[in-house]
Amino acid sequence: MNEPSHVALNEVVRHYDGPPAVHALGPIDLAIPRGEFFSIVGPSGCGKSTLLDVLSGLSRPTSGSVQFEGRELHGEVPDGIGVVFQEDASLPWLSVRQNVGFGLRTSPLSEKEVAERVDHAVSFMGLAQFADHYPAQLSGGMRQRVCIARTLVLQPRLILLDEPFGALDQQTRLLMGDELLRLWRETGATVLLITHALDEAAMLSDRVGVMSARPGRFIDMVETGWPRERDSRIVSDPNFGTLTARLWSSLREESLKTMGRAA
Amino acid sequence: MSDLALEDALSKRKSRGRIRAFDAAVLALLILAIWQAVGSWTRGIAVSPPLQTLAYLFDLLRTSMFWDHATATLAAFLLAFALSSLIGLALGLIFGVRRFAGEVAEPILAGFYTIPKVTLYPVVLLIFGLGMSAKVAFGVMHGLVPMTLFTLGAVRNLPPVLIRTAMVLRLSPGRTMLWVLVPACLPDIVNGLRISFSLTLLGVLIGEMFSSQRGLGFLLVSGMAQHNVPLSTAVVTVIVAVAIAANALMLRVGGRTTRRPN
Amino acid sequence: MTRRRAALFVRIAVLAGSVLLLEICCRTGIIDPLTIIPPSEMVVSMIDRIGSGEFNDSIASTFSTIVLAFVLAIGLGTLAGALLHRSSRLRDVVDPLLASYYSVPTFIFYPLLVALLGLGKAPLVVLGVLSAAPAVIISTLSGLDSVSPVLLKLARVHRLSPARTLWWIVLPAALPRLFSGFKLALSYALIGVIAGEFILSGTGLGYAISFAYQSFDNRAMYGLMLFVLLVAITANGILYVWEGRLARRRSSG
Repeated sequence: MNEPSHVALNEVVRHYDGPPAVHALGPIDLAIPRGEFFSIVGPSGCGKSTLLDVLSGLSRPTSGSVQFEGRELHGEVPDGIGVVFQEDASLPWLSVRQNVGFGLRTSPLSEKEVAERVDHAVSFMGLAQFADHYPAQLSGGMRQRVCIARTLVLQPRLILLDEPFGALDQQTRLLMGDELLRLWRETGATVLLITHALDEAAMLSDRVGVMSARPGRFIDMVETGWPRERDSRIVSDPNFGTLTARLWSSLREESLKTMGRAA
Repeated sequence: MSDLALEDALSKRKSRGRIRAFDAAVLALLILAIWQAVGSWTRGIAVSPPLQTLAYLFDLLRTSMFWDHATATLAAFLLAFALSSLIGLALGLIFGVRRFAGEVAEPILAGFYTIPKVTLYPVVLLIFGLGMSAKVAFGVMHGLVPMTLFTLGAVRNLPPVLIRTAMVLRLSPGRTMLWVLVPACLPDIVNGLRISFSLTLLGVLIGEMFSSQRGLGFLLVSGMAQHNVPLSTAVVTVIVAVAIAANALMLRVGGRTTRRPN
Repeated sequence: MTRRRAALFVRIAVLAGSVLLLEICCRTGIIDPLTIIPPSEMVVSMIDRIGSGEFNDSIASTFSTIVLAFVLAIGLGTLAGALLHRSSRLRDVVDPLLASYYSVPTFIFYPLLVALLGLGKAPLVVLGVLSAAPAVIISTLSGLDSVSPVLLKLARVHRLSPARTLWWIVLPAALPRLFSGFKLALSYALIGVIAGEFILSGTGLGYAISFAYQSFDNRAMYGLMLFVLLVAITANGILYVWEGRLARRRSSG
C-alpha cells in the first residue's frame, strides 16, 4: 500500500511491573488504512484491551511506537479518536441528550451547531424518544447506544470499540452490528472493533486480526472481501461460514492454552 | 501463579505490613508529641502532659474514690446498655418483619437521631429526678434508636428465601426469630451493638456531667471546676482508652473491618 | 392509595395521636404540670417568647456558631478526604483512627476546650467541627472510591484538563455519598454546638434552655426546646428531601 496508514503500531510491547510482572502484549505490528473496518478477536486475557489503550493513547507502550495520522502518540489521547468502552460509561447524572452533548462542552461550536449535532446523533442511534430520560431508566443496550452517540457527535476519524456489545443478547447484538456498519459508512471513519464473538467479527469487518494467548501477538490476518454496503444478512453468504471456521481454527489452540493456564 | 511470583507477592505483603506498623508507631508518637506540646505550652492549665497524666493516673487508680465513681458509671452504663440492646433488638426485629410498621416507624426513628437530645435532658430530669435512673434514661435515649435502626436494616436486607425456608419448616414466629433471623442478621446486629455501645456510654457520661454527684462524667466536670487539670486529663484518658478498646473488640468479634476497594 | 402514601398517613396519625395523648394527660392531671406542660401551651410559649425578640441574640449566636462549624467541617473534611484519597500510605495509617473516632464521646473534650480557648464561641465552634468533620472525611473517601475508573478514562478520551475532570466528572459522580456526609455534618454540628451551650456556656439557645430549667421557668424552657427541635427537624428534613431528589434521577425509580 502506497498510502501511509491511518493508524500504525510498530513493534509495540507492553509490560506491567506488578507484582507479579506481566508481559501483556506484543511485539505487535499493525497498520490500518484509512476507512477500514478492522476487528480483533482473541482469547480472554490476551491483551486486547491493552492494545486498545495503547492505540488510543490512554497508555504508553513499554517499547515500540504508535502513530496516528502520521504523528507519534506520547501517552495522550489525540484529537480525532473516539472510544467506546466495555463498561457502562454513561454519566448517570445527565440526561441522554446532555450525555451525548458532553464531549462538545469544550468545543468552539455555537450552541445551535451543538444542538444540531446532538439531535442528529440522538436520532441516528434511535434514541430520540428517550432524549430526556436518564441512563438509570434505560436498558444496557440503550446505554451503550448513548455512549456511541456521544462518540459520534465529535465526528472522530478513528473509532475504537472495546467489546461494546458484550453484555447484550444475541439479537440485540446483531442489530447493533448493523447500526455500527451504518455509522461506519456515514462517517467514513476508520473503525477498530474488539470482540470475542467470531461471527460478529466475520460479518462486520473488512479484515480480522486473530490474537494469540498472552502475551498477545497477531497469529493470523483474515481479509473478508465484503462489499462496503453490507449488513447482518451477510450471514447467508457461503463465505461467511468459511471465514468463521478459519477464525475458530486459528483461535481454538490459543483459547485452550488460556484455559489450561487458568485451570 | 508460579512459585517465584508467589514468594515475591508474600514478601511484598510482609514489607507492606512492616511499613504499616512503622507508620502506626510514627502516628502514635506524633499524637503523644502534640499532647505534650499542648500541655506544656498552656503550662498545664488546659491539659496536663502525657507523662504527668500517666503518673497521676497510676496513683488515681489506687484510690477508692476513683473506683467508687467508676463503678457508678459502670453500673449505670451496663443497665442502660442492656435496656438499649434488648429493647432495640426486639423493636428492630418487629419493625423489620412487619414491613409496614417498619416503613412507618423508620423516618420517625431517623428523625429522632438528628435531634439534639441534650435539649430533652431537662424533661428526663423532671421525670426521673437526679440520680441513677436519670443517667440510665439518658443512656437509653442515645443507644436505643441506633440499635433499632441497625436491626431493622439487617432484617430488611435478609434474603427472602430464608424466611420462606422457615415457613416451609413450619417454625413458630419465636423460633423463626431465634433460629433463623437473629443468626443471619448477626454481623449487622453486632455492628448495631457497637454503635449503641458508644452512644449509650456518651449518654451516661453526659448525664453524669451535669446532673449527678457520682460517676466519671461528674469527676471530669468537678476536676475542671476545681482546676485539677491532671485529674480531668486522667479521666478523659481512661474514658478514651475504654471506648477505643471496646470498639476494637467488637469490631473483631463482628468480623468487620473498614473495607476499601483496590 | 400507594403504600408510601399510606405509610405517611399512618405516620402523621401516630405522631398527631401521641401529641394528642400527651395533651390530654397533661390537661387531666395524669401528668404533673410541674413536670411536663401541655403541648398546646408549649406552642403558645414558643410563639410568645420567640416572637417577643428577647432571645434574638441567643438565636443569632447559636445559628451563626452552627453555620460556621458546619462550613468549616465541610471545607476541612472534603480537603482532608481528598488528600487521604491521593496518598494510600497516609490513608492506611489514618484509617483505624477514623474507624474508631465516633466510638469516643467527643463531649469529654469540651471542658478541656473551654480551658484552652475560654468561655465563648471558639470552643463551641471547635467542638462542632470535631463532631462533624470526620463524617465528612469518611463520606468524601467513600464518594471518591465510588467513581468508576471507566469515567476517568472517559475524561482522558475527551482530553479534559485535571480541573475539568474534577468538576465535570469526579464531583458529580461522588456527589450522592458526599451529600450524605454533608447531611450528617449538619446534624452533628447542630447537636455538638447546642449540647456544648447547654453544658457549659454563657450564650446561645442551649444555655437559654439550661438557664430556664435552673430558674424553674418551665414554660420558657419548653417553648425554647420546642423551637430548637423544630429547627433541627426542619433543617435536616430539607437536606433529606433534597437528597431524595438527587437520588431519584440516578435510580431506576
